[in-house]
Amino acid sequence: MMAYTKRIDGRDFKELRPMEAKVGVIPRADGSAYFKIGGTAAYAAVYGPRTSFPRFLQNPKSGVLRCTYTMMPFSGAGDRVRPGPNRRSKEISMVTEKALIPVLDLEDFPNSVIDVFISLPETDAGSRCAGITAAALALADAGIPMKDFVSAVALGRVDDKLVVDLCYDEEAYEGGPVADIPIAMTQRSKEITLLQMDGEISKKDLLKLVELAKDATDKIHEKQVSALKEKFLREGFKNDN
Amino acid sequence: MSEIKVENKQVVIPGEELASGLDFVPSGAAFRENEKIFSKRVGLTSIDGRVIKVIPLAGAYVPNTNDVIIGKISDILLSGWRINLFSAYDGVLNIKDAVNEFIRKGEDLTKFFEIGDWVVTKVTNVTSQKLVDLSTRGPGLRKLDQGRILRVSPYKVPRIIGKQGSMVNMIKDNTNTQITVGQNGVIWISGEPEMEVVVGELIKTIEENSHTSGLTERVKGLLEKKLGKEIKV
Amino acid sequence: MTIENERAHLLKALRKNVRYDGRKTDEYRPIEILYNISKNAEGSASIKLGDTQVLAGVKFEIDKPFSDTPDEGILMVNVELSPMASPEFESGPPDNWSIELARVVDRGIRESKVVDFKDLCITPGEKVWMVNVDIVALNDSGNLLDACSLAAIAAIKNALFPEIVDGNIDYHKKSKKGLKLKDIPLSVTVHKVGEFYIVDPLSEEEKLTNARLTVATKKDGTICALQKGECATLNEKDIEAMVDLATSKAEELRKLL
Repeated sequence: MMAYTKRIDGRDFKELRPMEAKVGVIPRADGSAYFKIGGTAAYAAVYGPRTSFPRFLQNPKSGVLRCTYTMMPFSGAGDRVRPGPNRRSKEISMVTEKALIPVLDLEDFPNSVIDVFISLPETDAGSRCAGITAAALALADAGIPMKDFVSAVALGRVDDKLVVDLCYDEEAYEGGPVADIPIAMTQRSKEITLLQMDGEISKKDLLKLVELAKDATDKIHEKQVSALKEKFLREGFKNDN
Repeated sequence: MSEIKVENKQVVIPGEELASGLDFVPSGAAFRENEKIFSKRVGLTSIDGRVIKVIPLAGAYVPNTNDVIIGKISDILLSGWRINLFSAYDGVLNIKDAVNEFIRKGEDLTKFFEIGDWVVTKVTNVTSQKLVDLSTRGPGLRKLDQGRILRVSPYKVPRIIGKQGSMVNMIKDNTNTQITVGQNGVIWISGEPEMEVVVGELIKTIEENSHTSGLTERVKGLLEKKLGKEIKV
Repeated sequence: MTIENERAHLLKALRKNVRYDGRKTDEYRPIEILYNISKNAEGSASIKLGDTQVLAGVKFEIDKPFSDTPDEGILMVNVELSPMASPEFESGPPDNWSIELARVVDRGIRESKVVDFKDLCITPGEKVWMVNVDIVALNDSGNLLDACSLAAIAAIKNALFPEIVDGNIDYHKKSKKGLKLKDIPLSVTVHKVGEFYIVDPLSEEEKLTNARLTVATKKDGTICALQKGECATLNEKDIEAMVDLATSKAEELRKLL
């Protein structure tokens, strides 16, 4: 049995792929962001708080978050992705909501909805995490109150190695067991707001990965911070962060 | 240990730590969690003694009593009009708060305001469920004439107006354009077409540089450049 | 100030040939064209007209040909008005506007016979290439129609066939062979407001226009698709003027591709 001695794309086991983050990319939206990690890119647009339709979704005590995740038809490495919601995209929409709700403070917006639309023009694994990262950024850009910041990345195991930020070829690795674990964490307290897994892993390795995720989400968060500061900072203004 | 972690007039983001220690008082978009104070929005810090305030730089308009805003009539009701305030919440203008004359029952309300009309209106009350009452009785409150509507983030409105109207008056007087700025970020302008384009560009500049120092000078310089002459403020 | 008033105000500006962003009636906003915006697509492009942005991608499939054209490939053009792009777009099945958009863009490309369908044949009667062109609106600041049409052609131009390995498509291997474009059809939508014709309207201008005519033209100026929209009428003088304007604008746009 061959061990996974070197990553398919040459990275270190804990190394993330090159990232790019930008806010304000969709002027008509109340807030928006673009986040790219390796070959996976996600746009997120926020509309709200706005009147909630249908009415029965309204909450008289607080605004409500609604996320809709889609992949663009030309985003996949293989066949065309048929447009329209499917079971996978509905599930991802739901876990995305759950990943963001814990940090949102929507008490000032009763009976309203905050819509977040996430769409990916290209994917190479880690798509739901890129979507969550972009969504958190777009929510900040829109001025939606958040007590903490959420960042997400997929970690896992390829054969005998624990890896950070799997690419598609690693997810599809056939030389040994694989585990693909998308995680979202809050920045301040490093609490987990998304945790899923495909594959198989021991409890010991899982806990090691959760520890590695803290550092990995820190790096994602740095990109989110610089994207926001790039927009909200202007020349002639003193702030060197 | 008490410590302020940020400087005054610093851009901060949601979840960013501003201070630790129980002596400090959070204000605006700053909040306390146990011993520490954090920001819950993208904003600018304003530190005054022990008060640590975060002024938001982005966000939706939340209606407040006494705000003068610009809205669009969206519906005619039995005894008034519904008005789109470009926020999550609509406002209602009752007949008795709209006009000074006596209105008979069943009178055609469209002779006062039609669907699609833009109005300058004042918020008279906001309930906890964010039902908003409006009035158009008062100085400056009126149906708007022919003009153009621009929209900006509500948090930029104070900079567009300036201290005691200094910024908006400088633009109005030197471009000969009527400008009404609503607290909800809806702006109405009316003047010569070329001047309206200039006003639009100046407002965009203010929006994009709203928290820099020397903004008034910068806008004055731009205005002089576009008009091709020096102006007195 | 109802919509008639808003329109009257715009006309006042047009009489001085000064639009709301300072442009003249026949000027486009700054245009940005980027290729290869999605590495997984066989061809892709991003188009910006001012702040309006659309993305387009081409994906190849192998399918059975239609029974009445056994030696011809298939071209499908699809437009998605993503709810990201405007507060007025909703999730869910396409509404009338997005269907009209898709069909107008499709007609402009299909009727000009821009792609040689016989060239897409693999085995007559059994296997042909199906070319899927998907256009996704990212931000609607006016004139989505022209942006979508430009994006579709740019993506088609950028597309390279994938290799066929053992009878199946290997999406990881792109061949050097592109789609042979026989022409570059482009749609330009001319809007009539009052007595004026304008191109590339901003969203605030677009909702005030009386009628619009989308004209798709080929390189030699032949008209290959038409669509009139909105409620006001047009007379022959209008048609002639609008076709002329659309044709000359298409020529300018073509040079950018």
